[in-house]
Amino acid sequence: MGRIVLENVTKSFGDAQVIPPLDLTIEDGEFAVFVGPSGCGKSTLLRLIAGLEETTSGKIMIDGEDATQVPPSKRGLAMVFQSYALYPHMTVRKNIAFPLRMAKMDQAEIDKKVEGAAKILNLDDYLEQKPGQLSGGQRQRVAIGRAIVREPAAFLFDEPLSNLDAALRVGMRLEISELHNRLATTMIYVTHDQVEAMTMANKIVVLRAGHIEQVGSPLDLYRTPRNLFVAGFIGSPKMNFIEGAEAEKHGAKTIGIRPEHIAVSSDTGPWEGTVGVSEHLGSDTFFHIHNSGLAETITVRADGEVGFKHGDRVRLAPREDVIHRFGADGLRIE
Amino acid sequence: MAIVAETSRFGKLSRPVLAWVVGLLFFFPIFWLILTSFKTDADAVKPEFLIFFTPTLENYLNMTENYDYWRFATNSVITSVFATIFALAVGIPCAYAMAFNPSRATKDVLMWMLSTKMLPAAAVLYPMTFLTKSLGLFDTHFMVIVVLMLINLPIVIWMLFTYFKEIPKDIIEAGQMDGVSTWGEVKEILIPLAWGGIASTALLCFIFCWNEAYWTVRLTTTEAATLSKLIEGNRAPEGLFFGRLSAVSAAAVGPIIVLGWFCQKQLVQGLTFGAVK
Repeated sequence: MGRIVLENVTKSFGDAQVIPPLDLTIEDGEFAVFVGPSGCGKSTLLRLIAGLEETTSGKIMIDGEDATQVPPSKRGLAMVFQSYALYPHMTVRKNIAFPLRMAKMDQAEIDKKVEGAAKILNLDDYLEQKPGQLSGGQRQRVAIGRAIVREPAAFLFDEPLSNLDAALRVGMRLEISELHNRLATTMIYVTHDQVEAMTMANKIVVLRAGHIEQVGSPLDLYRTPRNLFVAGFIGSPKMNFIEGAEAEKHGAKTIGIRPEHIAVSSDTGPWEGTVGVSEHLGSDTFFHIHNSGLAETITVRADGEVGFKHGDRVRLAPREDVIHRFGADGLRIE
Repeated sequence: MAIVAETSRFGKLSRPVLAWVVGLLFFFPIFWLILTSFKTDADAVKPEFLIFFTPTLENYLNMTENYDYWRFATNSVITSVFATIFALAVGIPCAYAMAFNPSRATKDVLMWMLSTKMLPAAAVLYPMTFLTKSLGLFDTHFMVIVVLMLINLPIVIWMLFTYFKEIPKDIIEAGQMDGVSTWGEVKEILIPLAWGGIASTALLCFIFCWNEAYWTVRLTTTEAATLSKLIEGNRAPEGLFFGRLSAVSAAAVGPIIVLGWFCQKQLVQGLTFGAVK
């Protein structure tokens, strides 16, 4: 079980309040991702749940019990750190066994669990090595192994993939998702990468300056962002924002249209512009269109085969049904 | 290219030469001390640079027979060992708290501790003597141990703090998440990871305790007197017997020189405060 409830939680460092009063519920078995730009308080929030930071006020409930004053070692949560934080003086086997040894489990059972975790994570061949001899991906696997043997109420991940190279990151992302499906344990995952958030989460919590901007499933956030910040943060490439006369036509201060919802052609569409930089990804091409009179740059996602060149005049046709409208206060207009 | 090669060859040669010159310069007094300790008192005061003479063990025999060298040496070992153990027992938890759970006052506390080393020892001579005598602790091992521990505690805490600072906080936090008690953190994670630093600190503390003279000379007479006191005691009123004095000094610094020789690596690490990894 791992239902985590935050009630009116705040955190201040000296006079600076980094988490204003905040309420949040993470259901048992959920994969929740805290996402936001750096300094938004997502890591602090995770550390509050872990117990590594003390809450200034408010309550943290784990499985219905008030854990606010409980030290991290007694909360029954496991954490995977960005820096892996393995014990450099112990072998992989001892690292993974460490929490079990601390729980005074008997040796035969420890061995069984360590072998089991090593099998799941493909670490069988490395059990007798020290962390210093492993690659980044292997180290992160050891850190995950150390977390899973404990059978915690919830896993906490603090930007676990940031130190890995891009290819490895995609692989580990899948492994962690697979692990979640297999264990069905609550996971809370902190990242600044919205792609990680979108691909892994059941529930995304978008944070800015300690405030929760929106909570929802990845597609909720993609389809109905509550405000301009969420609209701009979720989705890649970023949503295009257009103000002025074109927005007023839709009865809004600002309208937003995603790059994938604009069709580019040489002759059809109400908008017009000049092709600037084109980014060819093979399957897709991103065109950055200038001089449209709408915004400085309009990004358009087109099929990889579409071949406009720098300086070409093109016409743009937005899909009217997926235009997002925002008022002067930045909030979505339904 | 030729010039570069030449300067680097020059550098290769000059550095060891310089190191040897400096080393010999520092070693010379000790060499002279040992040399003098094998001379008769008459030979020892001769003004000429006397290298060739008839060596004698008289000074050493005199020292062990008449001055009870072994009792002083035992006292030195007891007080230095226990003072070092207690300094670490207090210093490790203290440095741990300051390194991993710093408060706003941590920096000031560290500075304050160091500032106690700036106070001249003579300034507290009267209160210290008064206290030890009125508590009935004058010339006891306990008193010497406490004093040696206290005067070295600031440097011990500073050194340990510097070493502990090098351990990533994440590792300590990972321990907390893994269900380790505070004592477990220290025992299972902190001490194994900072072992080299703790050893250097202990070694340096031991050497400082061994060499300490100001307090050991003033707060002891016979029972708890250390080797420093023995050297001081050979400053006889009828004049200086250089041969005898040298023998006592050589026997006092000998153990620590041998210890230092075997632990060179730790010492260098300790003295550079963890700058060399």
